[in-house]
Amino acid sequence: MGDHDHTAPLPDVVLRVKTLESLLVEKKLVDPEALDALIDLYENQIGPKNGARVVARAWVDPEFKAWLLKDATGAVASFGFASDKGKTLVAVENTPKVHNLVVCTLCSCYPWATLGLPPVWYKSAPYRARAAKEPRSVLHEFGTELDDDVEIRIWDSNAEVRYFVLPERPEGTEGLSEEELVELVTRDAMLGVSKVSAPKGRDA
Amino acid sequence: MTRLDALVHLPRNEEGPVFREPWEASAFAMAVKLSEEGHFTWKEWAAVLAEEIEAAQRDGDPDLGDTYYRHWLRALERLVAEKELATEAELVTRKQEWVEAVAATPHGQPIALQPKGKQP
Repeated sequence: MGDHDHTAPLPDVVLRVKTLESLLVEKKLVDPEALDALIDLYENQIGPKNGARVVARAWVDPEFKAWLLKDATGAVASFGFASDKGKTLVAVENTPKVHNLVVCTLCSCYPWATLGLPPVWYKSAPYRARAAKEPRSVLHEFGTELDDDVEIRIWDSNAEVRYFVLPERPEGTEGLSEEELVELVTRDAMLGVSKVSAPKGRDA
Repeated sequence: MTRLDALVHLPRNEEGPVFREPWEASAFAMAVKLSEEGHFTWKEWAAVLAEEIEAAQRDGDPDLGDTYYRHWLRALERLVAEKELATEAELVTRKQEWVEAVAATPHGQPIALQPKGKQP
């Protein structure tokens, strides 16, 4: 071909995205600066740490916890995070007798503003298909074992309602501050595929 | 049925990349912004995305989450066409312009569309 001094052909997906973006910008349907700002928001500013702050607050503040379980949209908005516009957020509480698991069986609806963007496995067909049908086996694969008498509740997110799990506060964390608790809360625990562990050396 | 064990080894740490490639981020942002601007509701979006995911599975995509933004891009292209935000002809012409722009760009230079009416 003799064109090694020219740019290699771009993958088809890249060409299609450039096509859409250049047309939509030209027609003033999207603002390129707004696109960049949104990407920066998700790449650098929000993520599971937002949700961890909410969980830690609920663990130390019973009034906040009651608000969160009654009106998660409002309670989480009080933290001032960017919101998932027009969507209702619902917090479901894990207890010794009830374990909650979040899924979106249809696509991958997810509480972005609270947890950032979803992990790869959350978007995968096996997780979407199996979480509702065989949750114990899915939890097992995540290393989470539940007693037989624990009820598992499945929460199927959709375009309008997004769920996240308020995990159980692990034993042995009574002496930790809210800031220290934030560090313990993982994204996986807020989706219900795992539990929150006490920091090593502090187990009860 | 696929076990999740394989997926568990996919990036699942807290710091994992949000977008694997820039085009994923652009496709994500365009859909969110167009919906925010009222060109379609998020409910419409989720329905079209779910259809595209099903269609990809029917075509043999194991759909392990790594192709998610490909489904996302197809859903975006469909809604842009259905909502008449751009015509099929515009999309086809523009894509060809990008192909030509890439071919005309020396290696290492930023790729830019040629101004309309000018030949490279």
